[in-house]
Amino acid sequence: MSADLEQFYEVFFEESSELLAEMEARLLGLDINAPDPEDLNAIFRAAHSIKGGAGTFGFTDMTEMTHMLESLLDKLRKGEIEIHSEMVDTFLKAGDVIKGQLAAHRGDGTADGDADAIVRSELMRFSEQASEPARVDTETATAPTDLAKHTLNETEPTDIIHSSDSGTASGTKDDHYEIAFSSDGIGQKAMDNLLSNLNMLGKLEMLSHIDGEQCKLRLTTGLDEEDIWEALAFIVDPSQLTIEKQPLPVPSKSVDAHYSVPDQTSSPTSENAYEIEPENVESTESKSAQPYGFFPDAPAAPKESDHTKPDETSSKAPESPKPLTEPANSGLAHKQAKSSTSVNESSSIRVSIEKVDQMINLVGELVITQAMLAQTASEVDPVLYEKLNSGMNQLERNTRDLQESVMSIRMMPISFVFSRYPRVVRDLAAKLDKKVELKTVGESTELDKGLIEKIADPLTHLVRNSLDHGIESPEKRVAAGKIAKGTITLRAFHQGGSIVIEVGDDGAGLNREKIIAKALERGIPVHENMSDQEVWMLIFEPGFSTAEKVTDVSGRGVGMDVVKRNIQSMGGRIEIDSVFGVGTRITIRLPLTLAILDGLSVAVGDQMFIVPLTYITESLQIKNTDIKTVAGKGRVVHVRGDYLPVIALHEVFNIKPSSTNLEDGILVILDAEGHKAAMFVDALIGQHQVVIKSLEKNYRRVTGVSGATIMGDGTVALILDTTGLVMASQKAST
Amino acid sequence: MSQQQTLTQPETAGNAPTVNTNEFLTFRLGSEEYGIDILKVQEIRGYDAVTQIANSPDFIKGVVNLRGIIVPIIDMRIKFRLGNTDYDQFTVVIILNVSGRVMGIVVDGVSDVISLNMDHVRSTPEFGSVIDTKYIMGLGTVDERMLILVDIEKLMASDDIGLIEQTLN
Repeated sequence: MSADLEQFYEVFFEESSELLAEMEARLLGLDINAPDPEDLNAIFRAAHSIKGGAGTFGFTDMTEMTHMLESLLDKLRKGEIEIHSEMVDTFLKAGDVIKGQLAAHRGDGTADGDADAIVRSELMRFSEQASEPARVDTETATAPTDLAKHTLNETEPTDIIHSSDSGTASGTKDDHYEIAFSSDGIGQKAMDNLLSNLNMLGKLEMLSHIDGEQCKLRLTTGLDEEDIWEALAFIVDPSQLTIEKQPLPVPSKSVDAHYSVPDQTSSPTSENAYEIEPENVESTESKSAQPYGFFPDAPAAPKESDHTKPDETSSKAPESPKPLTEPANSGLAHKQAKSSTSVNESSSIRVSIEKVDQMINLVGELVITQAMLAQTASEVDPVLYEKLNSGMNQLERNTRDLQESVMSIRMMPISFVFSRYPRVVRDLAAKLDKKVELKTVGESTELDKGLIEKIADPLTHLVRNSLDHGIESPEKRVAAGKIAKGTITLRAFHQGGSIVIEVGDDGAGLNREKIIAKALERGIPVHENMSDQEVWMLIFEPGFSTAEKVTDVSGRGVGMDVVKRNIQSMGGRIEIDSVFGVGTRITIRLPLTLAILDGLSVAVGDQMFIVPLTYITESLQIKNTDIKTVAGKGRVVHVRGDYLPVIALHEVFNIKPSSTNLEDGILVILDAEGHKAAMFVDALIGQHQVVIKSLEKNYRRVTGVSGATIMGDGTVALILDTTGLVMASQKAST
Repeated sequence: MSQQQTLTQPETAGNAPTVNTNEFLTFRLGSEEYGIDILKVQEIRGYDAVTQIANSPDFIKGVVNLRGIIVPIIDMRIKFRLGNTDYDQFTVVIILNVSGRVMGIVVDGVSDVISLNMDHVRSTPEFGSVIDTKYIMGLGTVDERMLILVDIEKLMASDDIGLIEQTLN
């Protein structure tokens, strides 16, 4: 293990972010009235792990904050103080502060010093509320388990989760630890850092020269073994590290008597225990099982091992050469523990997105090659080349499977996005004095990572909108005969080749009259006969807001148009269903991935173009009588009561078409951002799923073209920039 | 020209530490022979059907699919106004990688890879306004033949091609 700390920074940042996210999720899920001890433990462990890492890297601000958090959590977990909602709020804030600090250390943004100070003082206040009498109670209550754990300390150090004197009860029960590790490959800077870290934990004595092969230190501290372990884990190769506790007589008489017995029996075996090194077994275990993680697993050890271990050791302790099954057992127990607590973690690897994209590209190539082969093979006599044909069929199947599974690598469950909304809803509901429950359905629905990143902002906006405009205040709800608590439902599911995300609320619903009135006010052409659907779509107009007053949450009218534009830029669509007084549901339809687009291929002259399917409403042939001219030049067609400008693709791209007569070709009716136009092409060829390739990467932006794709025969076809074309036609015709 | 030399010198220094030489891929355009820095060349392939791009200059033939990458194709014969622009079995496309961008140039044929001592490269004589010599690094001599060394980076960055942002140079 190299000593250069820099290389661990990135891992630390990533893991810390994950831990923070977990912490937040657990906090939000916490039932204040009956907190689940497992949740409290998990939150504590997250804070603790971050503290350990931050300490090693010398991020003192993070260490201090997490330490305060940890102390308070420790008391909570032991039942010394009661949790209340105010405390959860502070914890959440603390999480934000740590997030900020993390970002600052990462080099983007600066930590918010004010928030830091506020959270600190709040944590301090809660901490002081934990009164001394309560302490005594719990101390006696936990004494028996305490004892059992101390018996264990000699032989099974890592299986002890935080023995209850960790962190908080500083100075009361100082223990001596003998730490031995190989200083091989540890740089001077790292070593200094390490020693100063240890010094912070307690009183440090050097038992050997630190430049020697084997470093021996003695640490007197109130912290438990695991804290020391964590302080060292980043720098010292775990297999080279041993930490041994040297118990001191504790000046408490009643406990002392019980204490001395296991101590004496096990002290002759301490040499043996040293050689067996349960530590070693544990650490190699964790290393092999989890090559990408680096927080020690010890905190994740389950309670069950606590229950089982005392009997096991107490029966085996007297036997002086310890049987080898013991450490093996502990490894096994540990493994089981891990598989039950973090299945996902141990079975996943981190791969850079570029590698995945490269793989997707290669598979895309393979699919094209396969299509080319299939085309060639289809020309030979199927009777004579039966084997070739069956081989081709198999190749096709395999390529499709391969493509699907490679694509699925980029897929992530939508819970990555959904998980942030409990917090948003909670904060906002408190701010607006509304009672809101957030329900999420279909969190495991997968979609492309690129989409996940892009969908988050629009969704946040929709959720905030639902909360602000949709859900009424509790009084109004009760008056309307609804239950006081409103519900916002986030739902995700697959439908056909697309993913559907719904944001629904059981709030007031959209007010048709109000929207129409507002539209008239703003000079948007509306009439009474518009369908509800059309009326609802008006709220996506720029600057449109029916809110009576502008708040800092919403009402400025910016947003919904941005939401719509964002969704459309992802190749998706947005729809609204609403019933006045009952609720609103906004439905977003997205393609499964950004890299693939459903398109209609059209021919103009000898060229082929792809039109994104999401923009096409219909395609039709037209009679000459429906074609009108405006001012002698601008051609419009009369389709279903509307006069639509004509985009003649051959004129836009200077191609010689097979016919310039609109009657001979086909009109594709496009609808982009509410503007309609009819595009004239020679013929429709077919519908394809095409892989989007960048034209700009090696060339430059071309007007009217949004990208390119490679067709089955290996040729390049351009994908039309529908919005751009329609907008250009609007400009030309008005 | 001097700028280009300083740019390419460190790259070749490892190969010939004492002699200041550069390697060039030579190709024919009509009756003239040109050379480009070999380090900019990615591969050479035959001329395939291209997909035209509307409203682009005539020397940009269009784009082709190069193993999944969309690559623009520039016909140097049209760019240098050399008249004959037939596509036959000898017509080749040199795929270049210039400043991270991949592009292809159509030429009449590829001849050789030669080493040139940069000290023997003559600077381009001024032709006044008749010929634009901006993109010509210099003139080299190989066995009595004259080699026109093209500064491909400058050429591709020029306003009318505009394939590379100027700032990159």
